[in-house]
Amino acid sequence: MPPEPILRLEDIVKRFGAFTALHHIDLEIDEGEFLTIVGPSGCGKTTLIRLLVGIDEPTEGRIWLRDKRIEKVPANLRPTCMVFQSLALFPHRSVGENIEFPLKIRGETASRRKERALELLDLLHLPHDFYDKRINQCSGGERQRIALARALAFDPEILFFDEPLSALDFRLRKKLEKELKDLHERTGKTFVYITHSLEEAMVMSDRIAIMRQGRFEQIAVTDEIYARPITRFVAEFMGEVNLFDVERTASGGLLGRGVEIHINGTGETMDLTLAQGTRGALMVRPESVRFLGPGQTADFIVRGILRAYYALGSRTQYKVESSEGIELAVEKLRQDRFTGNVGDEVVLGFDVENTHMIRER
Amino acid sequence: MERSDRKIGFLSAVPITVILMLSFTAPLLVVLLFSVMPPKVFTLANVPDFSSYGVLISQGYYRSLLWSLGTALAATVLLFLICWPLAFAMAKVFKGFTLFITVAVVITLFVSENIRLFGWVLTLMKGGLIEGHLRAWVGWSFEGALYNVPVIIFGLVYVYFPFMLFPLVQGISMVPDDARQAAADLGATRRQIFWEVDLPLSAPGIVIGSLLTFVLGAGALAESKLLGGQAVIVIADEIETAFTYGQNWPLGSALSIILIFIIGSLAVFGVSRVDLDKIMGRRR
Repeated sequence: MPPEPILRLEDIVKRFGAFTALHHIDLEIDEGEFLTIVGPSGCGKTTLIRLLVGIDEPTEGRIWLRDKRIEKVPANLRPTCMVFQSLALFPHRSVGENIEFPLKIRGETASRRKERALELLDLLHLPHDFYDKRINQCSGGERQRIALARALAFDPEILFFDEPLSALDFRLRKKLEKELKDLHERTGKTFVYITHSLEEAMVMSDRIAIMRQGRFEQIAVTDEIYARPITRFVAEFMGEVNLFDVERTASGGLLGRGVEIHINGTGETMDLTLAQGTRGALMVRPESVRFLGPGQTADFIVRGILRAYYALGSRTQYKVESSEGIELAVEKLRQDRFTGNVGDEVVLGFDVENTHMIRER
Repeated sequence: MERSDRKIGFLSAVPITVILMLSFTAPLLVVLLFSVMPPKVFTLANVPDFSSYGVLISQGYYRSLLWSLGTALAATVLLFLICWPLAFAMAKVFKGFTLFITVAVVITLFVSENIRLFGWVLTLMKGGLIEGHLRAWVGWSFEGALYNVPVIIFGLVYVYFPFMLFPLVQGISMVPDDARQAAADLGATRRQIFWEVDLPLSAPGIVIGSLLTFVLGAGALAESKLLGGQAVIVIADEIETAFTYGQNWPLGSALSIILIFIIGSLAVFGVSRVDLDKIMGRRR
């Protein structure tokens, strides 16, 4: 039996005056999953999360929390809570008072509150002496954890995150991403995270929803989003990608611009189906492209000139300009790196099993 | 380099420091010295005695002092209650309209306080704007609303309105929106948000506004004279009388010093408890 959706959005529209921020959105969030909503700035993801949390109301549509309609329920009466982008910690309260805030609101006794606050400090790997610290004595990463502890003290059914890691430096962000995923596993709660960072989404999520201009472009498990995007936007958003325009000719073969196609048959069995006379984009990720030596062959071949290379630490990325003027990205692990020079003529190849067809709609 | 900067800074501060010392501190010093002179003398060349301070109790001047402090306190509390909703709206709800209100309130300051209070006298007196119209139209006559303590407090509230309003607007605009939203998200009701977030985070504005109105209100004279018709005598009135009709400078000085001491300690206490950097928008 598939898990029950804990939250269901039906036909949500949000308008601000003449501007429509969300266009008829549907979404189901499963109990206990880690869903990340990713999109460029201005795509409507912050608007959406404000509706989910209850800070704003949708113009149209329904939000169900299990079997209860909640789109008109104000934030303070919803059993969900959010970690704000700014964290929104209370600067005039100590760390302990911040964490205890939801418990105080609920009228729990001081001793019970402190007990719970100390438990949460443990859970988030903060020493107990933080209890009496002031917020402005804490570093960015510590504040992050305090905000998280405060949200967990509320014991929400769903925990929302509005890009809380975006202000942190790279290393700390990477560390906290993993901690957050770990915390998700330990608490078993439903996490809904929004971010503009694809890497952040990939590291943490079970499922990713890609948003663009107030609509969902694709909602799928992380690997599928990466390997089988359904639009060019998703493909390009999910990291470096090489796309070739292809069409199905009247004779039944595939014709590509900038790529020689050496496959038998029509590719029907290989996820490369394309209806007669329609166009598509053949996608291959940079790590699936190889440099071909003399005599080697591949299902798809591109000839070009090596224009540049960039060391990325564990990997090296190459820019190759094809004879048709298309720029391609190739990535190799450091130990497999290509030893050519900039300006060399190179032959690139990749195979059917690493490709994916994005059909134009 | 830094040392010479500091020196230049010191030197450029000298003229204004001297002017302030002469114009501000010196008169205060004279008042302080006169307050310990024997009664009804006009020079400082006398043997000091503290008899003027004793008059505070023996001749009932403390009553005037209490009236001043009491009316000022009442006006401060009323002003806070009146200004909070408006200040909240100006800081968080109104957008362009805030500027309109600001300009409207500031423009009233262009007219002298006395003229504005006379306007209220003409409005509230028997045969004035209100009573006169009511009598002419519906034949209802009454004694007018002047010459009592409530109208003095009303006058204080009216005159010192901007001094409470603008610090409150400043204070409330310092409360981050997302702290309020986060509190709501964590289950707080509006009332709880007010007590737990709005009030403590806008405290600097509240303290500044309350200090300004209380300090100005305690030293106010025109409201009790014009609107109150001296229904009660406030301390500022006593001080004026002592220096003019009374021809008793030491008494006036002693009363002044007592008022300055009370208000001064309140101000020092209040200011020491708020973060002035914060209200000026400089975050630490």
